[in-house]
Amino acid sequence: MRIGIDVGGTNTDAVLVEGMEVLASHKTPTTADVGSGIISALENIFRKGSSRPDQISAVMIGTTHFTNAVVERRRLLKSAAIRIALPATQALPPMIDWPSDLREAIGNHVYLVHGGYEFDGREISALDDKEIREVAADLKRKNIRSAALTSVFAPVNGKMEERAAEILREEIPGIYVSLSSEIGRIGLLERENATIMNACLQELAITVVRSFRDALNRLEITAPFYISQNDGTLMSSVYAEKYPILTFASGPTNSMRGAAFLSGAQEGVVVDIGGTTSDVGALAHGFPREASAEVEIADVRTNFRMPDLLSFGLGGGSIIRQANSHMTIGPDSVGYELTEKALIFGGDTLTTTDIAVAAGQLDLGDRRKVARLSPELIKSALAQIHHMVEASIDRMKTSAEPIPVILVGGGSVLISKPIAGASEIRKPEHYAVANAIGAAIAQVGGEVDRVFMLEGSSRDEALASAKREAISKAVDAGALADTVKVVDVEEVPLTYLPSNSIRVRIKAVGDLAMS
Amino acid sequence: MRYLQEQEIRDIANGSAILGTGGGGDPYLGTLAAIAAIKEFGPPAILEVSELADDALVAFPFIVGSPVPGVEKFPFGLELVRAFRMLEGQLGRRITAVMSAEIGGANSMIPMSLGARVGLPVVDGDLIGRAFPEIQLTTLTLHGLHASPFALADEHGNGVVLNVIDNFWAERIARAISIEFGAICVGIAYPISGAQAKTATLHGTVSYAGSIGRSLREAKAGKLDLVGAVLDATGGVVLFRGNIVDVRRQTQRGWAVGEAKISGSEVFAGSTLSVRFQNENLVAVRDGTTVASVPDLITIVDAETGAAITTENLRYGFRVAVIGIACEPIWRTPAGLALAGPQHWGYENEYVPIEPHCRTAARN
Repeated sequence: MRIGIDVGGTNTDAVLVEGMEVLASHKTPTTADVGSGIISALENIFRKGSSRPDQISAVMIGTTHFTNAVVERRRLLKSAAIRIALPATQALPPMIDWPSDLREAIGNHVYLVHGGYEFDGREISALDDKEIREVAADLKRKNIRSAALTSVFAPVNGKMEERAAEILREEIPGIYVSLSSEIGRIGLLERENATIMNACLQELAITVVRSFRDALNRLEITAPFYISQNDGTLMSSVYAEKYPILTFASGPTNSMRGAAFLSGAQEGVVVDIGGTTSDVGALAHGFPREASAEVEIADVRTNFRMPDLLSFGLGGGSIIRQANSHMTIGPDSVGYELTEKALIFGGDTLTTTDIAVAAGQLDLGDRRKVARLSPELIKSALAQIHHMVEASIDRMKTSAEPIPVILVGGGSVLISKPIAGASEIRKPEHYAVANAIGAAIAQVGGEVDRVFMLEGSSRDEALASAKREAISKAVDAGALADTVKVVDVEEVPLTYLPSNSIRVRIKAVGDLAMS
Repeated sequence: MRYLQEQEIRDIANGSAILGTGGGGDPYLGTLAAIAAIKEFGPPAILEVSELADDALVAFPFIVGSPVPGVEKFPFGLELVRAFRMLEGQLGRRITAVMSAEIGGANSMIPMSLGARVGLPVVDGDLIGRAFPEIQLTTLTLHGLHASPFALADEHGNGVVLNVIDNFWAERIARAISIEFGAICVGIAYPISGAQAKTATLHGTVSYAGSIGRSLREAKAGKLDLVGAVLDATGGVVLFRGNIVDVRRQTQRGWAVGEAKISGSEVFAGSTLSVRFQNENLVAVRDGTTVASVPDLITIVDAETGAAITTENLRYGFRVAVIGIACEPIWRTPAGLALAGPQHWGYENEYVPIEPHCRTAARN
């Protein structure tokens, strides 16, 4: 028996799953402390599923907490972007293509220092310890406690990043340091972007992972707990504390895997309406369609491989504002404060959930509190909500033909009318907890990322040996041996020498073995 | 006088990615650099080739190197200005306009960056009409014009001015120098007069790239078929649709050489298309038969977005359409085919014009 938990911006969902069967599910508002919401959800599923903590073999947690923090520019730690590259790359400084409000939110502290590597491992310049110490002095002066270090060709050699991190830690004990060599792949700007976003989430990561751990301890759950990564595989909680960026887009991946699992649909468009944002993606053969292009997160380009998703600011907690005759919905949301701020709960903020209750689509809170909303307002808000969803489906579709639309997520109660472009609308059972189900069925991965020197025609042998190693790593990480498959192979040539070298990155995944 | 603004630069970049036939580097970084340069220095003017004075001095800046190093150590800043000044120093004259050597890929953006930085107009045209990975593969070579003097510079301030006996030597020596510069650097070459530009360059290709990009942008806004938008703007055809099942590549003498295998879907189900590339896509072979070959353009685009996918970004599983576009007529002359036809790239096959396949493909 395993537990899947999804901690969203608005709701915390938990499911109890055994094999292909969902034994119990529960949805409860996300709490400011995160932990008490989890405890409440888990107590409920234990009761509903008549089961006990000691029957649980694994807990999988998916969270959009970190994505939401960046999207909403909230609780971001002021961070430094230090690029080790001079005199190269000056035409495009760090964060050049970022939205200015996000750059402001984390402080726009950009440093270019000497160093970096060529494609073949030569140094562009030597790392200058003194220069790093000067940056450290400046960070100290500005009280910046987190730094992202990105060197040119760090995937070939991460030593300069490591040395610079060592110096920063000497100068500023306790500083958080994120290294690009640990996070991304080749492509300086995109890897640097992901590293900077990781840096600004360091404090939040520690708080959030600790609250997960405390909640499970409180309930005396001793099973190991894992956190969902963007590719739908699991990472240990300790790893997640250092690399919260790897949770980005795990929510959508989980939601789509959960939706495919629940609806039985192999093809279609999945619309996941959460509390703060909606994510729209396409299912191909029961799996999320992957983006071929670089994926933008909160309008920042990264080189993670992710489901091809469109996100926009519509959720159950989205704030509705009226100015003159113009109405806006979102992109901001009351989030976990829905039960205090929404009108139906006695608050003073008009949210999309209030509209759903006023329109009679949902029975929640105190309906009398929205009785004085004008019918025109309700009608116009509903029309705008439907229009936002239709527009996004339209953008994801590959042809003009109508296709099945699978609606999931707690915010899907906002949708009451037919959707243009949909051949049918499916709201599968347990649909409101698809994310948690996706987390619960998540798999374990093993990755190999190494440079092979090829002599003659040994490319196939190199690939075969790397594949074997990735498979055995997946098994070591807890995958059931006969379920492990190689899901991703990437080769990047590195040198111009007659004896070719290739960088090979291979990922294998399998089902988590249960004791 | 017309000036190049941000939207047009983005359109040109997206169109040039299609004309890049998988090579020339991802225009994303070059576009960012061009936009950053126009924000800092002001937008450059764009001139028709016919507007050049006969005694104008035109030169062609471009990137020399390999795409993978280019996404780590991008050379779009002072490197460019240094190479430019070095060439002027060698010539003893002021350059009066800059022009694209290669409209395909990131090189389409280099004249915009340089033009903005040194305050010179960009000329609407180029030397290839697509992307090619070698410096001598230009219309100027076909017209007997010299690549040298040819200045190369790196980020440190190192520079070299080449004086070579012909454009093949320019390629060999520049390539060797670029490897020392980290397999990526900038060069500026082919200094010619306005009169020579009028007879020996391809006119209007910057606007052509812009029209492809605009067509994509408008199709996206109108929710229209994006691959169809590319076909409409280029007169090209869909050679194949399917999923990439294998990509193999290696680096040889400074080039990313390889092959992508695509398993057919829809009407192409049961067929396999192999696209062979050397930085750019060169030959497309369907079930053993060549269906398109260089110098015609073979571009692999995302089946959904119509966006061009560069050879270094090809990956297993991508859903793609392979588009064939007829090349500029000069490349189909005996001299053009001798310079850049299939045999130049080590293929024994004769050049296969793309047109016969257009009819087959058009039915699909």
